[in-house]
Parts: sequence; C-alpha cells; structure tokens
Amino acid sequence: MIPRFEPVIIGFLCNWCSYTGADLAGVARMQYPPNLRPIRVMCTGMVHPGLVMEAFDQGTDGVLILGCHPGECHYLEGNKKALARAGVIFRVLEDKGINPERFEIQWISSAEASVFAELVTRFTQKIQKLGPYSPLPRQAYDTGIKTYDRL
Amino acid sequence: MLTFKVGVLARHIGVHRNTVTNWIKKGKLSATPAAAKRYTISKSAFIDFCKKEHISKSAMERVLSDTTLKTFFGLQKEAGMDTDHPADIKTGDIENGTALSSGTVTEEKGRGKILGTDKEVGAVLVVGGGIAGIQAALDLAESDYYVYLIEKTAGIGGTMAQLERTFPTDDCASCIILPKLVECGRHLNIELITLAEVESVAGSAGHFEVTIKKSPRYVDMDKCIACGICAQKCPIYVKDDFNFGIGSKKAVYIKHDQSVPLKYAIDPDACIYFTMGKCGACRKFCPTGAVNFNQTEEKIFLTVGAVILAPGFRPFNPAAYDFYGYRFKDVVTSLEFERLASVNGPNSGTLLRPSDNTEPEKIAWLQCIGSRNHNNRGHSYCSNICCMSAVKQSMSALEHIKGPNLDCAIFFMDLRSHGKESERYFERAKKTGVRFIRAMPHTLEPGKDGTGVFMRYMDETGRIKKEGFDLAVLSIGFEAPEDAKQLSRLFNIALDPYDFAKTSCFEPVESSRKGVFVAGVFQSPAAIPRSVVQATAAAASASELLIARKGTLTRKKNYPREKETMDTAPSVGVFVCSCGVNIAAFVDVEQIVAYAAKLHHVTYVENNLFSCSADAQESIIEKINEFKLNRIVIAACTPRTHEHMFQQTLMETGLNGFMVEMANIRNQNSWVHQQDAASATRKAKDQVRMAVAKIAHAYPLKQERISVVQTALVVGGGIAGMISAQTISRMGIKTVLVEESDTLGGNALKLKTSFTDEAVRPMLDSLVSDILNDKNITVYKNAFLESASGSVGNFKGELNVAGKPTLIRFGAAVMATGAREAIPDEYLYGQTIRVMTQMEFDAKVLHHPDEVNKAKSVVFIQCVGSREPDRPYCSRICCVHSVKAAISLKTINPDIKVAILYREIRTYGEWEEYYKTARQMGIVFIRYTRKDKPVVTRKDDRMVVDVFDPVSGLPVTIFADYLALASGVVARDNDHVADIFKFSVNSDGFFNGAHPKLKPVDLSVAGLFLCGLCNYPKPLEESIEEARAAAHRAVIVLSQEEIESEAIKSFVTDNCDGCALCVDVCPFHAISMADNARVVTDPALCQGCGICGATCPKEGIMVHGFTIPQLAAQVRAAVDNEKSPETILEAKDDSAV
Repeated sequence: MIPRFEPVIIGFLCNWCSYTGADLAGVARMQYPPNLRPIRVMCTGMVHPGLVMEAFDQGTDGVLILGCHPGECHYLEGNKKALARAGVIFRVLEDKGINPERFEIQWISSAEASVFAELVTRFTQKIQKLGPYSPLPRQAYDTGIKTYDRL
Repeated sequence: MLTFKVGVLARHIGVHRNTVTNWIKKGKLSATPAAAKRYTISKSAFIDFCKKEHISKSAMERVLSDTTLKTFFGLQKEAGMDTDHPADIKTGDIENGTALSSGTVTEEKGRGKILGTDKEVGAVLVVGGGIAGIQAALDLAESDYYVYLIEKTAGIGGTMAQLERTFPTDDCASCIILPKLVECGRHLNIELITLAEVESVAGSAGHFEVTIKKSPRYVDMDKCIACGICAQKCPIYVKDDFNFGIGSKKAVYIKHDQSVPLKYAIDPDACIYFTMGKCGACRKFCPTGAVNFNQTEEKIFLTVGAVILAPGFRPFNPAAYDFYGYRFKDVVTSLEFERLASVNGPNSGTLLRPSDNTEPEKIAWLQCIGSRNHNNRGHSYCSNICCMSAVKQSMSALEHIKGPNLDCAIFFMDLRSHGKESERYFERAKKTGVRFIRAMPHTLEPGKDGTGVFMRYMDETGRIKKEGFDLAVLSIGFEAPEDAKQLSRLFNIALDPYDFAKTSCFEPVESSRKGVFVAGVFQSPAAIPRSVVQATAAAASASELLIARKGTLTRKKNYPREKETMDTAPSVGVFVCSCGVNIAAFVDVEQIVAYAAKLHHVTYVENNLFSCSADAQESIIEKINEFKLNRIVIAACTPRTHEHMFQQTLMETGLNGFMVEMANIRNQNSWVHQQDAASATRKAKDQVRMAVAKIAHAYPLKQERISVVQTALVVGGGIAGMISAQTISRMGIKTVLVEESDTLGGNALKLKTSFTDEAVRPMLDSLVSDILNDKNITVYKNAFLESASGSVGNFKGELNVAGKPTLIRFGAAVMATGAREAIPDEYLYGQTIRVMTQMEFDAKVLHHPDEVNKAKSVVFIQCVGSREPDRPYCSRICCVHSVKAAISLKTINPDIKVAILYREIRTYGEWEEYYKTARQMGIVFIRYTRKDKPVVTRKDDRMVVDVFDPVSGLPVTIFADYLALASGVVARDNDHVADIFKFSVNSDGFFNGAHPKLKPVDLSVAGLFLCGLCNYPKPLEESIEEARAAAHRAVIVLSQEEIESEAIKSFVTDNCDGCALCVDVCPFHAISMADNARVVTDPALCQGCGICGATCPKEGIMVHGFTIPQLAAQVRAAVDNEKSPETILEAKDDSAV
C-alpha cells in the first residue's frame, strides 16, 4: 500500500479569535486532520511575511494565517494589515516558484469552531492534492522525501 | 487531629464565621494556629467543646465524619492560592477590639449565635451573574472591594452568552463576553457562588447579613476537570435550557461549552439516581471521582456592606396569545432564533427551521409580542431592544442563508432604532432588502403539511393581505424577573407598577432602600450597553458608600523575589499532562515523555495525571528547585485558560512568570484527532518540540510600573460632568472641572422636569453648590483644554482659563463635553416667533401657564433634520420630550388642541406610558414620511400646517398658534478634544467608545472616559448613570499609586535605523521618532499587537513574548526533519529569519 501523503501545515492563529475557535472545536470534539501545527500569535498583524517564507524554506507544505473577521480585530486593524501583507506573500510565492495555493489567510471567529474544522479539513485536502513541497535545494537535506518518511 | 479553616467549620456547624473566630480568641475552642490560616484541634477537645456550647450532635458528627476536613479544606480555586473567606483578614480588626467595641450580638433562630457589628463591611453582594452582575462584580473587585457574585444557574453569562451576535457591530456575543466570564471566574477578590439564591437579609446599609441557599451541584468543583465523560455515560436526556428547549442535554451537564465555572452539575430532578435510586454511571466513570451524590443544600452566611441586584428578566411567554401560534413548530421566539442561528447552538450555526430541518427561504419577524399591549397578559411598556434585535436577526439570517431567495420581513408598529449607530444599521437593513411592513399580523395558522406558517395582515392602505412564511419569529419583550417580588420582599425595596425596581431620575441605580442598588433589565428594559453602564454606576454608588472600608477585605498575592536566570543556559522542564484519559486515550503520553527527554535544553520531564491539579503545582515547584529548571513547558490544554495559573506557580519559585510555554495537546490535538492516535501522538511531539524551541528563546519580562498622578480631569460642567466630578471627589480624589462657559449646569439649566416628572432645578442648584464648596474639586469656568500629552496615569494638559494658560497634571480624564439642540432650517423657523425649537417652546410657552391658556392649538413636528441623509441618526429624546410637553399643555389647558406629527414614535421603554396617556387625552398623532413632509405656511397671525393623514387617507389642514420643532441633538465640535488625545469621533460627531457594548464609557485611549450627551443623545437619568460609571472607571485608575503595565509590549532593538515604517502602522500611536535616529515606543499606549514587528524589515522592533526569533524557532521546529532533535535545534538557534 502506498502511504498517504501527510503534509505539514503551519497555522498562525490569532489569540483572540481563531485560537479560541480552535480551542472550542476541541471542546466540541470536532474532528479534523492532524496536519496543522498551530502557532499562537497575539494578532495576525504580528506575522512577519518572512516567517511564512521561512516556513516554506523549512519544507512546510502549507501555511495558514487565521485571524478575526474584518472589523472585529482586537487591535482595531491588525487583520487588515495581515491581509495587505498576504497580497505581497502571494506574489513572492509565485516569484519563488511556490504554488500560492499553499498559502491562505482566513477569518475565524472565536465561536466558529465548525468553520475552523471545515477550513482545516479543506485546506489539508487541498495540500494533499498539491503534493509535497520541496524547497529549493538550499538545505542539506531533502525535505520532499522527509515528508513521506514521516509516515 | 482536625485541621480546619474558620469559615468552613462555621459553615458546618451553622454559625457565623466571626463566632468561630471569637471562640478561638476567647479560648473556648482550644485550637492552635497552623500553617496557611488553618487551625488544628484534637478530636476529644472538639467533642468537649461541642458539649459545652450545646452544638447539636448531628452538626458535630457532620464535622467529624467529613474526611476532607483533615487534609484539604481551603477549597483551592487556583494553585497555591488561598481562597478561603476574607473573614480571616477581618479577624484582625476584631482582635484589635475595634469591631467588638461597637458590636451587637443578634440571635438567629436555630442557627446559633451570629455576631453582628454596626461597622461597615468592605464587601459587596452581587445578585445575578448576567452581563450586568459580571460587570458590577469586576468593577468592584478592581476597585478593592471583596465581591460575592451569586447566580441561580450552574454558570454565569446570563442571556448575553446565549445571543448569536450583538447589534450594531455584529460582534459575536459569546466572543466578547467570554473574557469577562473567565476574568470573573478567576479573580482573587470575586467569590462565585452558583446554584444559589438569597434566603434572608438583615441589617442596613454598610452592614447587611445575608443568608444564601446554595443547592447541591453533586459534582465536586475542585475535582471536576470538565472532561465530559459523565455526560457521555449519562443515559438521561433532558431539554436544554441554554438552547431554550431546542435540542437536549444530559442530566449531568455544563450550561454550555464555554461556561464559567467550567464544572459539570447534576440536575436532581432528571437524574435517575435521585428519582429511581439507580444508575450512578457518572460516578462510576468519572476519572477524578468528582461526582458526589451525598452533597446537600448549604446555607452560606455573608456579611456585606452593600448589595447590587441584577437578576435580569423573564422573557415574555407568547403562549399567552393563542393567535400567535407559538404552539406551531415553525413559530419561534426571538431568543430561540438566537440559538438556532448560533454556531454553538443546536444546529452548529446552520439556520434550519425546527419542523423539517430545512433552510427557511421566507422569514417573518413579528414585533411587540407582549409589549406595548396591555391586553391579556401583555405589558404596556416598550421592551426597548426588540426592534433592533429583529433587524439584527434579519441581517444574521441573510448572512446564514446565502443566495438571492431569502426573504426577510419585519412586521412592526413603530421601528425604534434610537440607540447609538442603530438608525444606520436599520437603514442598512432596508438597503439590503429586508422588508419592513407596518402591520400587526393576526392569527397565525400552520402552513401546508404542518410546516411554516400562514398569516393575514392589513397593510398601510387598509387592504387585507395573506402571506405564507417558512419561519415566524416572535419578538418577545422583557418581563420583570420571576423573583422580582421575592427580592422586593427580602430586600424591602419598592417596585414600579411593572415589577421593575423603582428608582429616581437623579439616583437611577439606587433602589428605595439605602445600600441596595439595581442594574440591568431589573431597573428598566434596556440593551446591553445601558446594563453595563448601570452596573458600573451601581458599583460606583456601592463603593462610595463603603469608601471607608475599601481594601479591608481584599487580598493580593505576594511572590518571592525574582531569581536571576539569564546568566545560566536554558534548562527546560517539560510536564506532560494526561488529563485523566482526555489526552492519554488518544496521545501516547509515554512516548511524548521519552521524546521530550531527548530534546535539546530539556533537563527534566514528568507526566502528570492532571498538570493543573494542586499537587501537580507542588510537584512543579519541587522539580524547579531540585533540577534548577529555569524554563517550563506544560503540554496540556489551552494557554488561554491555564497559562495564568502556571505563571503564578512559576512566580512562587522566584522564576519570572513568562518563562512558561504551553503546548496545547488537548483542545487542539487529542480532542480533535480521536480517530488517529498515531498521528495525534506525532503531532503532540511536534507541538512539544515547538514549545521547547520557543521557550529556549524566552527571557524574563518586566511589567513596567507607572506612578499615577492621583488627580482627575473632567471636561464639561453640565450635569454629566458635575456628577462625574462629584463621584470622583467623594472617593477622595482631587478633581479639576473645566467648563467652557461662565455657568455650571449645561443643558439641564433649560429643563424644568425630568422624564420621570421630578423637578430638575432644585437638584441642579444643590449639585452646583456642592461642587463649588467641594474642597477636592477645582472649578475653572470660561476655560477649555488647549493641549495635552502623556498617557494613562500621567497626563499633562494646558488649559486656557479666560485667556490665561494654566498647566495641569492628571492621571485620568472624563469627557463630558455635552451636545446642543440643533437649529432647524425648515418649517419657517427663524421667520416667525411662532415657530420654535422644543427648548424655546418650553421656555417661552410651556413654562408660562398664561400663554398656554391663551393658545388654542399647538403642533409638534418630530424628526426635524433628524434621520435625514445629512443627519442620519435618531436623537432618542425628542419623542418623549414632545409627548410629555403635549400632556403638560393638555393638563394646563384641557381645551387646547395638540397634534404631534411624527415619522416613528419612539417613546421607548417605560416612557411608552406617556404615549398611551397622550392618546387617551385626545392628543392627535399623525404620521408623515420623509418624502411627504408637512407643509407650513403663515396666514395672518396663525400657522397653517398641511399634512397627509395615512389613516383616513386624506390631506389635513391644521391651524396652530405655535409650532414646536423637535430638531434633535447635534454634537459640539468634538474634533478638537479628540485630536488632542488621539481618539476618534464617529461620523455623527459623537465620541467613539472603546467598545459599543462592553466598554460604553471607556474611550479607545487608556485612562480616558466619556459620559453624557457627547457620547450620544440621551435623557437625564441615562446621562447620570453614565457619569457615575465613567467616574468609577476613572477612579479604578486613580485610586492606585502605581499601575502595572502589561508585559506583552513592543520594544526597540539595536537593529533599528529609524526608517519609521512602524510609526504609521501602529493603530495606537505608540511609536514615535526619538532623537537618536531610532524609534521609541510608549509602553503606556502600546497594546502589544505586533503590527510594527511584522512591518519592520530588520527586526528593529518586536513584541516581548512573541519576538521574531521566538516565532521563527517555532516555525523551524514545526518541521521534523528526521535528524535527531538536538542537532536541528542547535543548528538553527543562531540563524535569523
């Protein structure tokens, strides 16, 4: 049997909305694929585009930035800033030859546990279809093979 | 040997805790003090004592048989924290003899002796755990009073926690209330007593003795970890109250997934262990042994200085009207609709109609169900919020059910959108396509196949229409809470005719009994912001009463001096929680422990059954000392609820609280990957690795201490400003009051009576003289604020006092700049003296009975200039003002003819009574539309008003002696003040609060508050409420000598080269350029969002606790590249992003 591709996805979750929503998904026992590696940030506006690029450089297969809905940012407009930066990230990804589909920015409120679970499921499936991402051969090790080895 | 705490022993033998203290002090009870405020006594000595003091045998046996007494008594709320009753501190007073000297002993039947004193008590009882009660509790605890918050149900949150969203911002309600619930649950000075009701009250203001009846929960709160296994195993389904009976819950339940306290409870009426004596599955399967069927009802005796009643309301039961068809499946109440639409509701956020679980395509809202209708069991008042709530729900439905087919129709009498930003919201709904139909449908019938409803109504042209809907929502109003009468009897307070608490205009939150305050819907039907304002105002009044006892019962946690840790290499301790079986069943905890031990920097790894338990905290402290750990990783649940607790554990060992990181392997792992244990374990390893990587980069964070200038500034000398200044001054704080004109009083000078018919002038005069004679208050007239700088705790301002510059310093400020009556430019205003504004009409005609007797006819025109494109808001007060003026005219001169031309009568809340009275007196109400306004001409000495009457369908001509124009309220030029402090005004020119629902009197800049008309037009009582609330919020800041800032703040690194990219993006204006060609951050303004750090191209500015190296370390650690973990982390440690 050919092992299923289990991607590594990094999610930057805003403390006030998405992280809380993800916690609630747990309380409600909503099942979703185990591929997301959550990183808690205070606000999506805190996520430096360099961190997203670093994630891909390390061999991450997909990156999610999840924040509060527009207008509900705890810090007034951090999510707007994050959205503006996402536009730049998409372009840089294209320039680097990385499929921009591997990156998404989405809004999840702290009550939207089901939305969170669905989103993570959908995104994981999308990345699984896209296959593993191998970064440019900058690193000494081959991350493409690594992701299969992980199984 | 028995080890006990005073309060607990007292509770067991049914006496007041002070009695026990006295026994010990006088040597009657020969107990010896032990550690942690406990006492020990030998068993035989205790039995002897019981015989001597005639303590009943059963009580004695209760004490002796309680096994917990010997080891564990101080029911610990949070690890290492004493949550025993603050009476322990009070004993200090008694020992000094101060309390006893004035003490009286009262006998309470059957409960032994209760020691009472006349002395004031620095504790407050808050009854009701809804948003008002929570806010009052938090505000009091923040200002150094001990609070008992009692709640009837198993958890706090009230109705607000059940709402899907809130208008006008469409904020998710549970998201915004949740942080308040958590804060309330863990506040050191708030004691939450759930499932409890007041049983009796004695004493008077300053010293009440209240007996609380606490029903058993049958679940030990200290042991329950809310894993939910009990509910899984429980075989009994009951209707879910939280969802208003839609869907079911088990007989052992939590109110909702985010309930506070997050502890299960057993419903003894449903549980078959209690009804049939068998089962006990929950007890059998509970991993912590928390289920205890032997719990009994408890009596709790509290001594408090003041009481705040916030019991909320009872929703109107529409079953009273058979013609509204509430018995049909697809007819729901507005509250049920909230649950149907809620993501955490029975349908998980998919809006489905109850009959066949399909998405409705046509929804109708029926307004005023049970309100504005005194027939049958309805109420003649307006419930104030239902119109906006229906508009909100229609907008919510449009969001839920995408697609062009959804048809929302709101059937209403008068659409009342009189709140801040509400009119805009209403207009937006109209534009979005919500149908607003001015009609009251009658006789709802079931639709085909028993789904949907069918209704008939008469439209505005008088034709009968028939229409079917998939779902009908009955906008039910508020009723006084079911226990209103009981509370009134217990507390001896007066109720109004509708059973709401009776209050006066000038003391809007004070009940008829001194020391008992009211807030929320129990005061009068109100939306969330006003409930919150009232709660804070009630807190202000209570703390004003008890000011002498402030801080006497509250506690602060003291920690040892912090150790130096940065000179040693990271030494990480990893504590992996099994959470009973919650984590261990799906994640191989053994593997995680073994794996973590191999990680770089990790010195020690341990597995706990429950890392949050009290003994685990002790173990953590032990291991920190034993292995010289300087950083801790807890792999357990979510940092949002537990990080604070672990931080405190670290601080007890002398470590900095920020040297802990949590790996969320429960909520975001074991609970959500239950089908794939191998993957879950792998993910947990990754999460632990990421946490270790991040904490290795951690460093101690300091919370800056800012010394506070203990002076307040109040801008504006109207009623709101003066009440604010007076409230602040009464709490012993110096206040500077700045008034632009040469007289104090503002708009209130022009008012004769309040909406409640109380004379304004005497109250105003005494207030002005109080202010002028108050030594704490400095009044500057003819003065305004020229400029200001600084931040919370320490502002500097320059006043212009009659042309002379005056410098002031203040720690917080209240903006009460007021507003003014608009000057109309329609209806011949300014061309004849017979056309006046409301205020002019009051002054020139209404207050002169001669003039009124001479007049034959008066016409009022409402909404002059209001609710028009240029001024798209409702001024809230004009309808009541005109209706009241019309009634006064008729009372003075019964022959006078009065007509009120209106677009929508908004006599909201209990003011609806005036509208009813006016119609009974024969005052004519004619509705006009904005497109078809009345036409005013002059004929000889009289005014001629031509208007179309929609009821008769005919044009009407009215001859009038006077025309009074309700021109509404417009903001002053607020931009200047807003610019000085860098907060914002809304598009109508009123100040923007920090949050429209939960922080209505806070401005977005910390340390600044607002009240009165500069916030939004409002009547006198609401201004007074806000003034007290704003004052209290300011006092919370000002009564501290130093304030501690948050640690999660931005800081500038050596990499900064002053490019200033971060300066513009900061939403709080906290970054500015410094002289050394670098930026500098103002920690008082910074909120720690990190937008600056993500903007900076060179790591020149970052946020503590979330630095780029920390986040990058987490990113790198997220990918396990199959090398040994040590090499990865070591290799990557020093490379930057």
